[in-house]
Amino acid sequence: MTKPPPLRDWLRRNLFSDALSSATTVALVAAALWWLPGLVDWLLLQAVFRADAGACQAASHAGACWGVVAEKYRIILFGRYPHEEQWRPLLATALLLVVIVASGRRLLPLRMMTMAWAVAMPAFFILMGGGRFGLQPVGSDQWGGFPLTLLLATLGMLLAFPLAILVALGRFSSLPLLRGLCRGYVELVRGVPLISVLFLASFLFPLLLPPGISIDVLLRVLLGIVLFAAAYLSETIRGGLLAIPAGQHDAAAALGLGRWQAMRWIILPQALRAVVPSMMNSAVSIFKDTSLVTVVSLYELTGSLSLALAGDPEWRSFHLEGYLFIALIYWIGCHAMSRFSRGFEHAAR
Amino acid sequence: MPIAVAPAPTPAARWRNIGLQALIAGLLLALLWWLIDATATNMRERGIRSGFDFLLEPAGFGIGESLLPFDSTDSVLWALAAGLANTLRVALPAILISTLFGTLVGLGRLSPNLLLRKLCGAYVEALRNVPLLLQLLAWYFIVTDLLPAASEALQLAPHVFLSKSGLSLPWLGGDGGLLNLPQRGAMNISGGAAMTPEYLALLLGLSFYTAAYVAETVRAGIAAVPRGQSEAALALGLTRLQNFRLVLLPQALRGIIPPLTNQHLSLTKNASLAVAIGYPELVSVANTTLNQTGRAAECIALIMAVYLILSLLTAWLSAWLERRSGRWADRS
Repeated sequence: MTKPPPLRDWLRRNLFSDALSSATTVALVAAALWWLPGLVDWLLLQAVFRADAGACQAASHAGACWGVVAEKYRIILFGRYPHEEQWRPLLATALLLVVIVASGRRLLPLRMMTMAWAVAMPAFFILMGGGRFGLQPVGSDQWGGFPLTLLLATLGMLLAFPLAILVALGRFSSLPLLRGLCRGYVELVRGVPLISVLFLASFLFPLLLPPGISIDVLLRVLLGIVLFAAAYLSETIRGGLLAIPAGQHDAAAALGLGRWQAMRWIILPQALRAVVPSMMNSAVSIFKDTSLVTVVSLYELTGSLSLALAGDPEWRSFHLEGYLFIALIYWIGCHAMSRFSRGFEHAAR
Repeated sequence: MPIAVAPAPTPAARWRNIGLQALIAGLLLALLWWLIDATATNMRERGIRSGFDFLLEPAGFGIGESLLPFDSTDSVLWALAAGLANTLRVALPAILISTLFGTLVGLGRLSPNLLLRKLCGAYVEALRNVPLLLQLLAWYFIVTDLLPAASEALQLAPHVFLSKSGLSLPWLGGDGGLLNLPQRGAMNISGGAAMTPEYLALLLGLSFYTAAYVAETVRAGIAAVPRGQSEAALALGLTRLQNFRLVLLPQALRGIIPPLTNQHLSLTKNASLAVAIGYPELVSVANTTLNQTGRAAECIALIMAVYLILSLLTAWLSAWLERRSGRWADRS
């Protein structure tokens, strides 16, 4: 008996297992032959890559106008940040990205990593804000583009995390009032859209502070994002806490650990490790949700694209290419995060 | 709940607990009083009035499109009601489309056909990893800028026209018979039911974005049914369709329905992004009201209250569905 050649075997198993599957294969291949040439034409062959508005207009949407990215990338990536100072957001972003990636891949031991964060965050603010080491001061109202997106997502997640742990622990407290408060907060925030929380941060927070004290709109919006993200994160962490078997509590108690000691050294580390993938999902959501701050006039990546194109009659008809460009940036960020969480799941098994 | 299981409190511990809670309540009240006092002072200094009396005053602004009859002399309250009606007008069809389409994509991800599996996987990966706001803006741009003008509208099917001014569909009723058919004129399209570009962009954006999440929910729900169930059903001589309908689906539904209602709820919350493309739903109308009257606290409280009520209703509906689907599964 001869074995069927592996290719034929593979084709039969994956593409032609039965009549329905064969029909699907034929239909999909036909559709691809029909659509793909046009798509490749538009994306590459007939596309205009030079920053030349005239050539783009001449192509009249038969090919993509990637020239819009070549022409406007500095406004799209850095918003209204002063042109000659843009090496600063570039450096700050690169620094933060390096620390994030190093943490994700666990290139350094925990203590070094904590120190790297403790250096990177202030360095980011000094580079962006200036006013020190001879750097020209740049107000946070001029920050924009990708650095702002990255800052809101990173700091939002970093600050929401401890708050979320406290709220999750609060829901297991022996004090009914504290349990109720934590539950109320989580249910309230999860019930309303992020936009209403951002409105709250942007319009109402200034009124809540005593007269004479005002905080920057960037900080207010960041606070809104933190409060919003913490509610979702705390639900994830609560799930992790619930999943720890009772034997762990008993064992900790038998070793003479108190309730809080057991929580700190036995329960919480296991619970947090178990929910890393869900927490990465939250991180992906926060990263995407930072795009909403456009609505309260902070020009992060999405906002700065409108800033770059909306007022420019020469280029404004090539918004789609601009959208695709920043969609790619978001996609890479989100995809990297989910890859990380999948890798973590495999390693945990 | 293993963690909540604490040893029975001794009398001393009970008194300590009561003391702690009194302390928390006291701190909370002090904080609240301080915030309210600061707010009141601020509002006095800036001459901002407060209260909900503005709800009954005439709105003074128009609403682009509305399911409820509305003009600018109607009250603010009625404007907000029209906004809520508009939210539901886009959310309900989007829920339907995203559920149907998402289910198809989710089933496609489990197909024995490799191409279909990869295609559906690519769809989910592409749509989930790009912010919804960006997708909405892109859809809105495609509809309003890249489609042909109304005079050269694309005809998708007999009497279905797509153009810069939106989508026109045949609809029930009208002057001359059972169906009211859109007709292409020299300048515009008349008759039938017309969807504005804003509505169309929002509907498409919400539906396709949420469908990616629905697909994942459906896939995970079906994949969670142990493989032995299908093998047993096929061994008993059930066809693949029977196996799906009688064995897989009833068991999968229990795992699918709770996250699915969550998806529907977040779709309704995401409809608030309409504020960015100018479709007048609840948040958009409340935002206009806020800018006109300056009653920020009241407007934000109203938005939150409405969404909280929607959430509670959905939670209640979801619990009811879960009980029902449980019964259905037990019966079959």
